[in-house]
Amino acid sequence: MNRKFSLIDQWPNKKEKGMDRRTFLKLTSAACLAMGLPVINFSDGVSAIAASGEDERFVRKARYWESLEHKQIRCKLCPRHCVIDDHERGYCGVRENRGGTYYTLVYARPVTYHMDPVEKKPLFHFYPGSMAFSIATAGCNVNCKFCQNWEISQVTPEQVNSFYMPPEKVAQMAREYGAKSIAYTYNEPTIFYEYMYDTALAGHKEDVKSVVITAAYIEKDPIKELCNVVDAIKVDLKAFSEQYYKDVVHGELKPVLDAIQTIHNQGRWLEIVYLVVPTLNDSEKEIKELSRWIMRYLGPDVPIHFTRFFPQYLLKNLPPTPVDTLDRCKAIADAEGLHYVYVGNVPGHPAENTYCPHCGNVLVERIGFTVKEMKIKNGRCPYCGTRIPGVW
Amino acid sequence: MNRRKFLKKSVLFSSTFWLPRLLLAKNSLPDFKKSRVVIARDAKIFKHNHVDSDRVLGLLDLAMQNYFDVNTPLRAWRKIVHPGEVIGIKVNFLSGRGSTHHELVNAVLERLLQAGIRAMDIIIWDRLNKDLEEGGFHINYDGKGPRIFGNDAVGFAPNLYVFGQAGSLLTRTITNLCDGVINIGLLRDHSIAGVSISLKNLFGAIHNPNKYHLNVGDPYIADVNAFSVIRQKVRFSIVDALEAQYHGGPAYMPQWRWKFGGLIVGQDRVAIDYTGWRIIEAKRKAMGKKSLRDEGREPTYIFTAADGEHALGHCNPKLIETIRVKAG
Repeated sequence: MNRKFSLIDQWPNKKEKGMDRRTFLKLTSAACLAMGLPVINFSDGVSAIAASGEDERFVRKARYWESLEHKQIRCKLCPRHCVIDDHERGYCGVRENRGGTYYTLVYARPVTYHMDPVEKKPLFHFYPGSMAFSIATAGCNVNCKFCQNWEISQVTPEQVNSFYMPPEKVAQMAREYGAKSIAYTYNEPTIFYEYMYDTALAGHKEDVKSVVITAAYIEKDPIKELCNVVDAIKVDLKAFSEQYYKDVVHGELKPVLDAIQTIHNQGRWLEIVYLVVPTLNDSEKEIKELSRWIMRYLGPDVPIHFTRFFPQYLLKNLPPTPVDTLDRCKAIADAEGLHYVYVGNVPGHPAENTYCPHCGNVLVERIGFTVKEMKIKNGRCPYCGTRIPGVW
Repeated sequence: MNRRKFLKKSVLFSSTFWLPRLLLAKNSLPDFKKSRVVIARDAKIFKHNHVDSDRVLGLLDLAMQNYFDVNTPLRAWRKIVHPGEVIGIKVNFLSGRGSTHHELVNAVLERLLQAGIRAMDIIIWDRLNKDLEEGGFHINYDGKGPRIFGNDAVGFAPNLYVFGQAGSLLTRTITNLCDGVINIGLLRDHSIAGVSISLKNLFGAIHNPNKYHLNVGDPYIADVNAFSVIRQKVRFSIVDALEAQYHGGPAYMPQWRWKFGGLIVGQDRVAIDYTGWRIIEAKRKAMGKKSLRDEGREPTYIFTAADGEHALGHCNPKLIETIRVKAG
C-alpha cells in the first residue's frame, strides 16, 4: 500500500508528472502573460509541506476567547461565538481547544502565496496599478455556497499542503518582489488573525502596506484593533438580507454591517464588493436598500463594486450574472448618489474605470486588472480639481 | 420440439435461473416490516471496573443473533459481510477515555475473520492517525493484521458529495478502499447536537465536520448520512453502550457517565439513534437533569433523517421493534 497519498486530490501545488522544468516555466509564463498577470517564478527556498496539526511551528496561543467550565472555551473572535470542548475546534477548523487553552493552528502557515495586481482584490482607490503579495491559510468562518476557493477555505490545515512562512519572511519577500502591499486574501483572514496582525507589523517595518480582503464577520474589538495596523480593507458584503446570509453564507448580516461601520469610523480605507447572484440577491429593492444604507452610514465616497457571479462549489444551478443585471445595480446605486460604483468580473466594461463625480472625466482607465492610465494627481482630478478619496 | 419437451426445458431453465436467487434471497438481509433495534445488556460485563472481553464477545453474539434471528454468530455476520470483501470498522476515538472499547473492536474483528474476511481486508479507521494512536492503536498501513489509519493518512476523494445543505469530500477509506462499513458509535450526550450515537459518528467520514454543528446539527447530520456512498456502504451499526454519558459530551466527563453495560445494534441508524436518545433522556431525568429539548439541543436531526427527503429510517416508535435481551 502506498503511504504517500496526497491529502486532497485537487491540491493546486500537486506536482504534474511528465513535464520538465523548462516546459513548465514556458507554459506558466505564457499563461501569465495571456491573463495579464506578472511572470514571477518564486525560488526563495520556501517549500510546500503537508504538515500535521501537531507541528508546533504553526501553533500559537489564540487571541479573543474566554474560559468556561469543564475546560470549555468560548471563542470571541467572530460573532459565531463557538463554544468548544477540549480537543475540539471551532467552525473555522483552524482554532483548537487544547486542555482549556485556545490555539491557532495556522500561524505562519500559508497554503499559497502569489503576486496579484491590487485591482484583483479589488481595491480601486488604493495605489492603483500596484502589486499585492497575497497570502492565505486554510479555513474560514463562513461557508458560502458560491465559494471559488473552497478547496482551501473549507478545509482544515492538515488537509492541504502548506508553507512555513513567519511574518518577517512574508514582509521580506513582499519587499523583494516589489509589492506595495501584503494582501490577506483568498480565504477569510479573520481566522488567521494573529498571523495577519503580526505580518502587518512586520510589513510596516519593511515599508510594505497591508490590505485585508474579508467578509467582515468579525467582532468589534478585534476589527477595531486590526484597523490600527492595516492600511485598507475590502469587505465582501454578500447580500443585504439576513435570509441570504443564513441560507447561502451560513452567517449573519447585522454583525457584518456593524464591522463595516467600525472600519469606516476607524478611518481605514474601505471598499465594498457585492457579488450579484442571479435571483438570490439581485432584486431592485435589495440593491436600493443597500445603496441607501451606504449613503447613510458611510457616505457617497466609499466605492462599491457589483461583481459578476459564476457557478461554483455548491451553487452550480444558477447561470452567470447577466451583464444587464450588473448595469441595473450600478444604475440604482448611481441614482442613490453613490460616487464610485464599479462593475467587476466583466473585463472591458466601462464601469471598470474611475470617473470624476464632478466633471465626469475618466481618471483611472482599466482593462481587467490592468491599469491603462492613471490621471489622478495629488489625490485630485486633473480636470476640475475635485478631491478623489483613496490612498494614491 | 413438442409441447411436453418445451415445458420440461423451460421449467428446467427457469429453475436453474431462479433457484440460486431464491436461495440467495433467503440468505440475505431480513425483510423487517419495522426497523429492528436490539438492546443487549450484561450486568456482569464489568469486572473490577474493567470490561470483560469474553463477555463483550458473548454480548455481541447475543445482539447479532437476536437481530438476525439465527442460532450462531457466524450466520449473523454472513448476512452482512462476504468473503473477499474489504470491510471498514468506523470507531470513535475523539473522547480519550470515553472512546470505543478495544474489547468491542476485538470482538467485531474476531467475528469478521470467522466470517471469511481476511485480516488485511479489515480497516479500522477514524478521523486522524493521532486520535487512533492516542486511543492505543498502532498505525498499520500494510503490516500483518488489520489495517489501521486515519483519514489524514489516506486523504479525501476529489468528488464533492452534496445532499441538502451539506457538501463534503469523503475519506478514501469509504469511497475507494472499503466495500462495506461497520459503524461503531457511542452512546453519549453532545453539547451541541444533543446526542452523538450512530448517525453523527459518520461525521468522521467527511472532511468538514466543523461546518455542520450549527442548529444542533440539523439538517447536516441527516444530510451527510444521505450521501450516496454512506447510504450504500454502511451496512450495520453497533453502539458501544458499555459505558454511556448523559451530559457534558462529547468530551469525557466521568461525573456524568454510567455503566449501561450494553450494546445497541441494527441497520436503521435513525431507529438506533432514536432509541439511544430515549435512553439518554431517561437517564437525564433520573439524574435530575433537564431534557435536551429544555436545554435547547433536542436532536431534531433524527426526525429530519426520517423524513421523506432523507428516508434513512424510522423514528416513529410504532415502526421500531425494540428487542431487549440480557446475557445470563
